[in-house]
Amino acid sequence: MLKVERVSKHFGGVYANRDVSLDVAEGELRGVIGPNGAGKSTLFNLIAGHLRPDAGSISLAGAHIDRLPPHVRARRGVAIVFQGARLFAGMSLLQNVMVGAHAQSRAGLVSAAFRPPAQRREEREIRATAEQCLDRVGLLELADRPAEGLPLGQQRRLQVARALAGRPRLLLLDEPASGLRAAERTQLADLIRELNGAGTTILLVEHDVGMVTSLAHRITVLDLGAVIADGTPAEVTSDPAVVKAYLGTGADHAAHH
Amino acid sequence: MSEFITYLVTGIALGSSFALIGSGFVVVHRVTRVVNFAQGSLAVLGAMLSASLLAGRLPHVVGEMVTVVVCGLVGVLVGVVAIGKRGTPPLISLIVTLGVSMLFSAAIIWLWGQDPVSPPGLDGFTTILGAEVERQRLLVLVVTLVAFAGLSLFFSRTYLGKALTASASNPFAARLVGIDVRRMGLVAFGLSGVLGGLAGVLVAPSNALSFYSDLPMALGGFAAAVFGGLVSPLRTLVGGLGLGVAGQLTAGYLNGSYQTEVALLLMMVIMIARSRSFAHEEAK
Repeated sequence: MLKVERVSKHFGGVYANRDVSLDVAEGELRGVIGPNGAGKSTLFNLIAGHLRPDAGSISLAGAHIDRLPPHVRARRGVAIVFQGARLFAGMSLLQNVMVGAHAQSRAGLVSAAFRPPAQRREEREIRATAEQCLDRVGLLELADRPAEGLPLGQQRRLQVARALAGRPRLLLLDEPASGLRAAERTQLADLIRELNGAGTTILLVEHDVGMVTSLAHRITVLDLGAVIADGTPAEVTSDPAVVKAYLGTGADHAAHH
Repeated sequence: MSEFITYLVTGIALGSSFALIGSGFVVVHRVTRVVNFAQGSLAVLGAMLSASLLAGRLPHVVGEMVTVVVCGLVGVLVGVVAIGKRGTPPLISLIVTLGVSMLFSAAIIWLWGQDPVSPPGLDGFTTILGAEVERQRLLVLVVTLVAFAGLSLFFSRTYLGKALTASASNPFAARLVGIDVRRMGLVAFGLSGVLGGLAGVLVAPSNALSFYSDLPMALGGFAAAVFGGLVSPLRTLVGGLGLGVAGQLTAGYLNGSYQTEVALLLMMVIMIARSRSFAHEEAK
């Protein structure tokens, strides 16, 4: 499904990613972990399209996507949930999700503006899809509330709903648990497991090692920009290179979870 | 009293055109963060083009509609020049639009000459509270109100409108869901062309416009837009009307040549008074 091949990215001589490869199978839930500064965000942004690799390639279902701008990748089925608040203020929750579905719809922007019957039917379908997506993340009761001022946990879930509305082939989650309280983390983990169970391929980039090991089928571990381990949660957590990478800088953190 | 009514109606008509031009500024600024200074030139282009088309025996309404559509297309072209290159900083785009407006002045002199042009409008007068009022001036207000209602429906009801709002609200997130934010910027420029053209078509029958009118029109519109914080079309309408009336009263009771100064003064006062909230908008 997603194939990252020997991708490198450097910023002024410092390699943020060096020869990173990973291969995510259809239906897989892949975790990416690593201590601070390991290059997780860089890798994420390379896949999302906010950065371009200096070397290597990224392909989705066999087609190269590494030169495409972010909005085209989104239309190709790469849906993204960033950790920051990335919502449309001044719109209701439902409208936020509908914008996500609309951008993926077949009707062109201009023809949709004139609303002939076919578009009106599509509009109804999109509304139904959006409501369904809100329901999946448990926010349907708040559909008509404005998006601003939501608690962080609900903002994340709203972003997930918006991403789902585009019927993504691949869902990218960028540190979805950061800043969340324990109860919210559990809810989010349940949601991720549920979505993957329903067939969504997910790439989870996360600082919280405990969360990733409990969710992911396979885990890719980055350190200093390079892949140092790749395998099942059990294999990865017992890998001496991983333990060493987390000692010192991240030992407290890893032990904590 | 009847003198006052006349000034009031004249001011409202002129203010309506400021409001239309101002909402063009707002639409472009919200989506692209660019202040499009070619906005006034599009009003002048609208006036010139409608005069030529109507003189070329296109019937009323059709002539005006064609003009507005052409101004919309020209607006898109301005957008292509100003923001077409990916990653152009808004400040550079602003300078580009200034340059474009100078080119417009040259093109307008070349095509239509230097004399003020006044296309035919709605003839006749109506009496309001004892004052004789040109019907055209009332038409300006009515069309402006309809245009604002249309804009509001467009933004709240159509997908294109929502995609524009989404791009304005959070360009990063808009890209994430697959919206081509740059194309939305071009749509905004086109819309501002339509609004500028409409302003020119409406105001020129009673206030003749020349190549030299682009600056006062742009300033009036910009002052109205500043009153709306460069984000709110509705407050831009209020600001435009207020500015038009203030300008006409100044012209009527003091001196006609102070009108532009009134616009500038008002803009300065508002900017200083609201500088805090501007900083806030930027921070968002």
